[in-house]
Amino acid sequence: MEELRLMKGNDAIAEAAIRAGADGYFGYPITPQSEILETLMVLEPWKTTSMVVLQAESEVSAINMVYGGGGCGKKVLTTSSSPGISLMQEGISYMAGAEIPCLLVNVVRGGPGLGTIQPSQADYFQACKGGGHGDYKLIVLAPSSVQEMADFVELGFDLAFKYRTPALILSDGAIGQMMEKVMLKEQKPRWTEAEIRKNNPWATTGRGPNRNQNLLTSLELDSAVQEQVNIRLQAKYKKMQENEVRFEAIQCDDADYIFVAFGLTARICQKSLALAREKGIKVGLLRPITLFPFPEKQLADLSKKVKGMLVVEMNAGQMIEDVKLSVNCNVKVEHFGRLGGIIPSPNEILEALENKIIGGK
Amino acid sequence: MNDIIKPENLVYQKSKILHEKAFHYCPGCGHSTAHRILAEVIEEMGIEETTLGVCPVGCSVFAYHYLNVDMQQAAHGRATAIATAMKRLFPDHFVFTYQGDGDLAAIGTAETIHACNRGENFTIIFINNGIYGMTGGQMAPTTLPGMKSSTCPYGRDTSIMGNPLKITEMVATLPGTYYVTRQAVHTPAAVRKCKKALRKAFESQKLKKGTSFVEIVSNCNSGWKMKPVESNKWMEENMFPFFPLGDIKVPQE
Repeated sequence: MEELRLMKGNDAIAEAAIRAGADGYFGYPITPQSEILETLMVLEPWKTTSMVVLQAESEVSAINMVYGGGGCGKKVLTTSSSPGISLMQEGISYMAGAEIPCLLVNVVRGGPGLGTIQPSQADYFQACKGGGHGDYKLIVLAPSSVQEMADFVELGFDLAFKYRTPALILSDGAIGQMMEKVMLKEQKPRWTEAEIRKNNPWATTGRGPNRNQNLLTSLELDSAVQEQVNIRLQAKYKKMQENEVRFEAIQCDDADYIFVAFGLTARICQKSLALAREKGIKVGLLRPITLFPFPEKQLADLSKKVKGMLVVEMNAGQMIEDVKLSVNCNVKVEHFGRLGGIIPSPNEILEALENKIIGGK
Repeated sequence: MNDIIKPENLVYQKSKILHEKAFHYCPGCGHSTAHRILAEVIEEMGIEETTLGVCPVGCSVFAYHYLNVDMQQAAHGRATAIATAMKRLFPDHFVFTYQGDGDLAAIGTAETIHACNRGENFTIIFINNGIYGMTGGQMAPTTLPGMKSSTCPYGRDTSIMGNPLKITEMVATLPGTYYVTRQAVHTPAAVRKCKKALRKAFESQKLKKGTSFVEIVSNCNSGWKMKPVESNKWMEENMFPFFPLGDIKVPQE
């Protein structure tokens, strides 16, 4: 049944995965998200829903276990943080190519390299621009609360299977570690084998009596055929762009200026917005919830009404490129970011708006 | 003649598990024979509807073109990780990986060792021909000392390039493996023995007691730059002393 709980974002992912009827979790410990695997091992879902939970020998192995499980038409997920997600890129590219659905969670920490274990949004490019090799996109969901950490597990699975593609929850170390109240959904039953065969006729479930061989591969030696594969994938991404854009617009209707921010920084910008309005500056917030597909149209529309946009990110300027492409030079767009695991304060964001957009040339 | 070709006189035929497609393997290569006996084992056990296979990157990357069971194509070296999830999520299915030496014993060493150490209940078929066939004959983890390849053109110098890896002996030491054997398919007698070993490996999945691992030492006449018969003779004289055939770990019943 539904349940109101106070919990960490990471723990919410673990709880929500079981409740969403996940079939398997495969992961490798890394800070700041190890609680996900730890919580699953405490909850022992193999005794209740028969969900498989396995600690792999590496992120490379974990992502390939996800490939195998997703290829069987099962709801499987893995979670990691930035360096671990880098290791998984090969497998993610193979899944995009073989059109295998799965759920990925990146609880982002600062980089490059081993970087820091503090929260960051520096993996936006990696998440939204491919990450691995080849022309592909992931569905990218950006939660800004513990509630959304939980909710996006089921949403991520739904979208992944709808489009036969990996879906990624791009979170960060703060949302993973912070505690908030969260309404957990009631337990959904796992798909039966008959449901898996019916819902996922492409999956390697065993030929059974009534069908021919199913194959999952991303290999095609004939470049003319490979081009058709790429065209089909691109058509799929276009369909996502048309149908799956999700965003939140806060006080944008009368706004002269807009903050554009996702995840944790969008939460902070809400405070900056309130501080600005106290000073009589009409600011709104556009929070992309899907980073791919990106709310291009919504930003383009806003760009015709406002005087400037400040893109606030915990990185050196990544999402700002998509914002600029969306507004197509209609309006001034500037970036404010903190790096290295530093979380910006509401006041410094407001200051940046005043200096870079309102007072700026 | 027409009196002889009758269904009741049929003593041997191509396995129904093999697609109607000509093998792309070089004439004389052991892969085709290994595929055939694998198909026969699946057919004879009647498990084609519940068998899931994983093919590697390497010459046998297209194994799914020949074996008519559900299959997944793995990234290089990752077959046993993929098979781990397949078997755990379908514990009553029969799952196998089919991998070469570069795939299993170089880039996939970690996945191989850990799947065997966890005792994943599937069958690993390991084709060891001591060379990278598909990419054109480079040094493999199992290339013999002194053996020539395109990346050790003067012969493998173990002082620089290290020694060949006996990964089958390694996995036999792990508590997770249930049955470990090394076979060959270069003579009719060897083919019969190898098929028996494959059958035993697949049968052992029913017991859920651990990993079954069948190495098949094979030739690569193209990569070794030899005629097929010559390559089999070379294999007997050079590969078998280093990689001796026979069971390495047999179930203690």
